[in-house]
Amino acid sequence: MLIEAVDLPALARGCSVLGAGGGGDTQTGVLAVQQAIAQHGPVRLVDLDDLPDDGLVMPCGIVGSPMVGIEKLGAVTEGEQLLTGLETITGSTVVALMPVEIGGSNGLKPIGWAARAGLPIADADGMGRAFPKVSQVTMEIAGVSPSPAVLTDERCNRVAIWAQDGEWLERMARALSIELGGRAAFTEYTMTAAQARRATARGSITLALRIGRAMAADDPIRALERELKARRLLEGRIVDVERRMAGGFVRGAALIEGLHTDSGRVLRLEIQNENLVAIEGSEVRAMVPDVITVLDSHSGEAIHTERLRYGQRVTVTAFPCDPIWRTTRGLALAGPRAFGYEFDYVPLEQLA
Amino acid sequence: MSARQDLRIGIDVGGTNTDAVVLDRSDRLLAKTKRPTTADVTRGITAALDAVLADPGVDQARVTHVMLGTTHATNAVIERRNLRRVAVVRIGAPSTTAVRPLFSWPDDVRAAVSAGERIVGGGIEYDGREIVALDRTELSRFLETVAGEVDGVAISSVFAPVSARHELEAQEVVRRVVGEDVHVSLSHEIGSLGLIARENATALNAALIGVSADVTAALDAALEAHGLHPAIFLAQNDGTLMARDYALRYPVLTIGSGPANSIRGAAFLSGAEDALVADVGGTSTDVGVLVNGFPRESSAAVEIGGIRTNLRMPDLVAIGVGGGSVVSICRGDSVKLGPASVGYSLTERGLVFGGDTPTLTDAAVVAGRARIGTVMPSDEARELLVRGLATADAMFAEAIDMAKGRGGDRPLIVVGGGGVLAPDRLPGVSEVIRPRHHDVANAIGAAIASVSGQVDLVFHLGEGGRAAALEDARNQAYEQAVRAGADAAAVEIVEVEELPLAYLNAPAVRIRVKAAGPLSSR
Repeated sequence: MLIEAVDLPALARGCSVLGAGGGGDTQTGVLAVQQAIAQHGPVRLVDLDDLPDDGLVMPCGIVGSPMVGIEKLGAVTEGEQLLTGLETITGSTVVALMPVEIGGSNGLKPIGWAARAGLPIADADGMGRAFPKVSQVTMEIAGVSPSPAVLTDERCNRVAIWAQDGEWLERMARALSIELGGRAAFTEYTMTAAQARRATARGSITLALRIGRAMAADDPIRALERELKARRLLEGRIVDVERRMAGGFVRGAALIEGLHTDSGRVLRLEIQNENLVAIEGSEVRAMVPDVITVLDSHSGEAIHTERLRYGQRVTVTAFPCDPIWRTTRGLALAGPRAFGYEFDYVPLEQLA
Repeated sequence: MSARQDLRIGIDVGGTNTDAVVLDRSDRLLAKTKRPTTADVTRGITAALDAVLADPGVDQARVTHVMLGTTHATNAVIERRNLRRVAVVRIGAPSTTAVRPLFSWPDDVRAAVSAGERIVGGGIEYDGREIVALDRTELSRFLETVAGEVDGVAISSVFAPVSARHELEAQEVVRRVVGEDVHVSLSHEIGSLGLIARENATALNAALIGVSADVTAALDAALEAHGLHPAIFLAQNDGTLMARDYALRYPVLTIGSGPANSIRGAAFLSGAEDALVADVGGTSTDVGVLVNGFPRESSAAVEIGGIRTNLRMPDLVAIGVGGGSVVSICRGDSVKLGPASVGYSLTERGLVFGGDTPTLTDAAVVAGRARIGTVMPSDEARELLVRGLATADAMFAEAIDMAKGRGGDRPLIVVGGGGVLAPDRLPGVSEVIRPRHHDVANAIGAAIASVSGQVDLVFHLGEGGRAAALEDARNQAYEQAVRAGADAAAVEIVEVEELPLAYLNAPAVRIRVKAAGPLSSR
């Protein structure tokens, strides 16, 4: 299958839904990929099963501040810098690129790099959603080494990192991205196609595309119920939003008061860049790593956490995360306790 | 010559009507008029001007100022007319090459505006460092290829809201290569963060230079016919005024002045400083918010003629309900309002005027909210109208709630020709105010407006820390207001907003400051 310029709006819509309120605005990502495809032609989307076992898959994306990304739109050389950097270090040839994070703009950018490199994009990603840290990836759960990682900027500065573990990679990559101007392209957890088959969220690009198309063709909420087994937690209006900075991350909460059939109910949505936990009264209705996405009740578009505002009519939905996150290692990395909560994970399907 | 020179004329060009008012020194309304807006806009303005000047209560020799809020610039973009040729320079290689300038513009408007685009080396980091040096050689080479073919050059640098130094350096190169008389638009003077939207607004500004020259010339001619030479001001999208010379350089800022004027006019007419404002027209209603006497601004991107910009616009909730909205039954026996409207043929087609089309104005009459027309609708029509008005009331209530923001109940000021529709009681509203002369609130808004300056910049907190950054922002806003024509002795800081930036450990803050004051020559 080929990804063409006309597919991008639907793909972007799907990436926003999978972003759980994070992953950055998809607008510049769409434009960058459209330009790359206009110059270099459409991108081949391949299943990991169709790649040679020992072929290298390069997970990649952007690390940094979304605010910087709306000024520094990205250089045409970024993808190639990562590729040459990685191939020089490993001595192997990359056979496909893969988004490290399907949620938000990181689900799109690597497709543009693949177009420029003339390589296919693997139909998978390292999260199946969006998370704040570069180490919160399925490859970490599967025991793939995060190293060597490569970071590059628009000037073609290039840094290779051999980190002890994912947490050290996160610390070093974050510090470097700031020094490089608040934003850097990066690749991490490089692996063979054989490894990738059991270490990634499979089929996430086709899933994002299918979500975007289904939402355009049908009532968006019904489309999500069908495509993602999404559960509608509450339809209502936002009556309060609070935000504060904590350790470089934005933490906060939104209160949503039910309307229509949900009248009389109140949902509290807790946020750290992404939507983490939805609580009603004393009951948790959905929790990370399951995906909680807030949709505009009128337009059906997913709303990023930084755009939540008093008075908005919203429908809060939740759907199951990729099963790999529900393993012991997965929950240790990105379960409720990893975000400072004092309770254990309960799958969405088992919650009231 | 009259002994006293103390009258101001406010003019507002709307989609349906062009309104004009005359106010005296104590802001008393001496004359008002409503004329149809004409396709060329200028003839409607002239007609409205002629009408108020002919009013026996107006001694035209006393007129000192004319304030105009007009849709000329908006129409020029939407209709792709009267646009100048622009060379588009982005200072952003290599950090922005993934998306070229004007990439998302509709082909026809790009063809009409752009004489060429180039990304040259340069740009600033979020913390004020240089990404790379400005490539003057590449810039000169590009400018040589377009010199003689362009009326203007639009220059946008990465993170110009943090530091404008590459844009200013580039301007010098333009002056040397293309000439002293070519227009130059610089992005840091026009938009805030978000390179693509800021660059779009900057290119549009350069393309609209001829439009603001034409509109002020037409206004001069209309005034000259009466032997008048008042000072001319143009209304901008935040509800304040720009002196003529300033407006000639920043025409894009006039886009969206209509809603801003009606919010400011509502504030003046009611005396409220913090309130909600509903401007009810023939086809739609805009609900805005008045904060400290100014319209609350939107944070979302604004599209003009298919082009995304980040111009500061009033934050509005718009609903498709107005005085002329047609009430009908659609499938399943549910009531449908609009989007069709009878517009200004309400007095022929509305039921209460003997016509055959049920409208929301008819519904307002049935409900006893308005006493107009001569015919009472039939019982069957009344049932439909009652249901229609209930639907409209629910839409009002939702729009009010969405616009309101947090906090307690607030007054609602209702202005505009369709104002009778609005109910007297709404959730979250402490009282509904319907001021006198509400029908020309927008022209009054233009006439009473003050002059402002605004900065929206990212400050890297250096030695002086936060206090020094705030002081710097305040001074810049103050100076801008004075340059735009405000009285230096009376300019005040009316708004300060600080936003720390996420995911960056280095201390950086985005600061927005607005200063405003009365006209200097009053």
